[in-house]
Formats: sequence, C-alpha cells, structure tokens
Amino acid sequence: MFEINEIRKAILAVIEKNSRIDLKELSVLLGTSEIEVANTIADMEKENIICGYHTMINWENTTEEKVTAMIEVMVTPQRGIGFDKIAERIYNFSEVQSVYLMSGGFDFMVILEEKTMKSVSQFISEKLSPIEAIRGTATHFVLKKYKEHGTVLNEQKTDERMLVTP
Amino acid sequence: MRNPLSDVVIDIKPSGIRKFFDIVSEMKDAISLGVGEPDFDTPWHIREEGIYSLERGRTFYTSNAGLKELKQEICNYLDRRFNLKYDYNKEVLVTVGGSEAIDAALRAMVNPGDEVLIPQPSYVSYLPCVQLTYGKPVIIELKEENDFKLTPQELLDNITDKTKILILPFPNNPTGAILEREILEELAKICVEKDIFVISDEIYSELSYNGRHVSIAEIDGMKERTIVINGFSKSYAMTGWRLGYACGPENIISQMTKIHQFAIMCAPTTSQYAAVEALRNGDADVEAMCQAYNQRRRFLMNAFKEMGLDCFEPFGAFYVFPSIKKFGLTSDEFANKLLQEEKIAVVPGTAFGDCGEGFLRISYAYSLENLKTALERIERFIKRLENDK
Repeated sequence: MFEINEIRKAILAVIEKNSRIDLKELSVLLGTSEIEVANTIADMEKENIICGYHTMINWENTTEEKVTAMIEVMVTPQRGIGFDKIAERIYNFSEVQSVYLMSGGFDFMVILEEKTMKSVSQFISEKLSPIEAIRGTATHFVLKKYKEHGTVLNEQKTDERMLVTP
Repeated sequence: MRNPLSDVVIDIKPSGIRKFFDIVSEMKDAISLGVGEPDFDTPWHIREEGIYSLERGRTFYTSNAGLKELKQEICNYLDRRFNLKYDYNKEVLVTVGGSEAIDAALRAMVNPGDEVLIPQPSYVSYLPCVQLTYGKPVIIELKEENDFKLTPQELLDNITDKTKILILPFPNNPTGAILEREILEELAKICVEKDIFVISDEIYSELSYNGRHVSIAEIDGMKERTIVINGFSKSYAMTGWRLGYACGPENIISQMTKIHQFAIMCAPTTSQYAAVEALRNGDADVEAMCQAYNQRRRFLMNAFKEMGLDCFEPFGAFYVFPSIKKFGLTSDEFANKLLQEEKIAVVPGTAFGDCGEGFLRISYAYSLENLKTALERIERFIKRLENDK
C-alpha cells in the first residue's frame, strides 16, 4: 500500500507522539501488517533514524530540583579542527543535554540540566570555558517551561462539546 | 384564541437525536460516541485571524453574499481540490453553516408539490426543509448490501414526472458511505436525461479515505444543474463558527442570495475573516486531521471485527454504522440499554430515517484513548447480550 518512505513517515508520526504504542495497534492504525511495521522500525533503528525512546518528564510537578540552562557559546575554529571537533569536546560531558550548531550571532547552543545554579556555573567555569577554542559564553536560565516536544505542559483538556449532536 | 401555529410546522417531527440527547444528559459520566462534530480545536492560526479581525474593528456587516476575499478563496479552493470553476462574483453564496445553504437552496428551487428525492439514512434537516417549502419529500431507502450507496436503479425507481431535485449527501452522515466517480457518472446521466437538479451536500468532502472526494458537479453536464454545498465545520473543525457556502448556476445562487439577504443579512463577519485564513493556509491542518480520523477508523473497524460486530467499511466522514440486527433488539432498545448498562452513548440509526433501523451511528471524532475505553465496554455489553440469548 505505502511507498517505503510513506510508511516510514507514518510510523514516525505516530511514535514521535506515543513511543509506547504496541506493534499490533500501530499496524492496525496504519492499515499494514505487524511484520512490516516491526521490520521498518528495526531498519530505522539501525539507520539511526530512530535514536531512542525517551520519556518527557515535567520535573516542575515533582519535588525534584532541576535547573535548565541554555548557553550561547562562541568559538574560534582552528586549523584542522572544525566545529564538529569542538562540539564533540562539549557534548561528551554527560551533564550536557543538547548541543546545536547555530546560525547568527553565536556558534553553539548548549543545553544543560543540573540540580542547582551553582553546579551550572561550575560546569561553565571549570569545564566549558577552559576549552581553548571557546571565546565566550552567555548563559540563560529557563524560568518556566510551557511547551515541550509539541506538548503543552500542565494542560487540562476537557471536552466542551454537547454529548449528542446530529 | 385561534391556533397560533402553522400546520406545516406542526407536521414536522422533532429530531430523533434531540430525544436521545435528553436521556444522555441525565446520565452522569457517560462516555459519548454520539457527537457529530470534530474533537479537534480550530487550528490556532485560524482562530488568531478571527481575533485579529475583532482587534481591527471588523465588526460590521459584510456584503450579503459574503466577503469578496472569501468568495475568491472558496473558488480557488474548489478549483484546486475538485477542478470546479465558479465565478466568485455570481456563483458563490457564503451562508451560516451548510445548514442554511441547504434550506436556502430548497426554498429557492422547490414549488409546492415538487418532489424532492432524499436518500436515507442521512442528515436530519433535509426532510423538514423540504416540508417547509410545501414540496413533497420522497425517501429513497439506501441498503447495507450496497454499502449505503445510492444506486442508479434506486434513483430511477423513485423518479416521477413531478421529481425536480435529488439531494446527494455524500460522504454520508451517519453511514460514512461515499460515492465513487463511476457511480456518480451513472447518476449524472440519469439526472441529465430526466432533467433533475442536484443539491450535493459535500460538507465531509475533505474526510474521504479512499482517494480524493469526487463532486458530482465535476461530471460533464452537471455543473449547470448542481448546487454544491460545503463549509468549514468538518474540514477545519469550525462548527461553532457557523460558516458554509453554496456554489452553483447564477440564476439559482442569485435567488438563494435574495432569501439569505432577507432572512440572515450576511454570515458572521469574524468567521468570514477566519475562513479566509483557513483556505489560504489550512491545507496541512486538514491533512493532519484527516490522517488522525483515518487511523481511528481503521482501529474501530478492526475492533468491531474482533468482537464480532458486523459493519461495512465506510470510507468517508467520521462515522461507522454497525449493524446490530443479530441481537434481536431495535436500534432504540440497543442504544438505551447500552447507555443504561455501560454508560456509552451512541445514536440509534433510526434518528436518520426509518431505514436506519437495525443500525447505530458511532462517531470517531474522539481520541484513541476514549475510543479504547468505549470499545471495551461495548464488547463487554455485546458478550452479555450473546450469553443472554
């Protein structure tokens, strides 16, 4: 039924929203066989299209302390060492959640998740800034998260429709 | 005192849905699968355009037939999607939902005694609207064995020399049936031969799951005898905005516009501005919602098969129409019992015409989670019915 790309697209669209869906249900929703779904997912895992099945947690609703910092990083790429090498030196730190190469006024966006602001500042001063290629950083702390991964956090949906309509 | 009421109004039966609604409303924490409108919110960019129009003070009447930009966008849309070409200035009327367009079309075209063919099961308003014109409604009872399509033979069998109009409600509420091009071509041939006009209610045109919807107006010889009715409620999840439209030959649209002008003045201005945005930038929203409905449709069909509930596969709208004949209950009895015992509300097929007896309308304008819970309960219910037999 599907072109190969079509079924991949359809599977990704569903599991991006709900990675816990079981294979049988997924195959019913997409009108294809369970085997085809299983094989397609396995292929996409091998090809690093699917890189993991993580859970989106709203830590703000727990007693756990979490601080998210977004750090703009400016670097000077050196001969023989491009952006990728510098990025690698940054993303290998386990406290780093995400690293993006950016267009515009700075080079990398580094996202950190830590328990306290102090540990963020320690990371910047002791680990990030000493990397030779880094010229400067600007750190922004997240005050409140409204929406992540296409999901509005803390949203209570109620069905406003009348119960029976023609 | 004299009787203040009109005989024709007294003769109109109240909607069967209303009766059921009253029962359901009494029931606390019932899960409803009885809704005839999308569960999605109107996409934000469309809502924002409505808000923006209010901020700019666009709070006045528009011209009777509708905003020029909107009529132009409607024409662009119909051309883009269905190869239908209309003159925005003369062949389009923006109405208060598709419902007003149905009413206005009938009032503009029916003389007392003219026969109007109404295939059933179908939406509840065709019959009373015909009655209000003093026309004669002629019901064509569609059959499950034909997947609730209108067959050329059924059409022929119901034509007399008084027949003037055929109402064509596909994709269909409540059955979910669609009509493919081949069958439309045969129906069209008959309409041309017998000089019959068509009011084609295509409000569910974007919710078609087996290739794109085909409008009968696309078929040779039909555009000049067809009023195409469509709107924003189902495709853009805009039911509460009350906005629809009718397109057709100038001589009919101009008379419909006259009725609309005196009865309504113009469709809501805020809604019209929002609708311009919907047509300009809403294609991706429509596609995403359509895909979600299609997944739910497959999910329901599969669940029915597994629990042994007979249902033909519908390819349109957001309804399935399973048969409950084997349980030995009427549609009303089944729906009431299901509501009392499992707190699930579905609409008895008879709400959409007598030939809906033995069927239920189940809407899948609900989240998958909702549908899952509801289906578990329906399965438990029919197991019990089978054991009791």
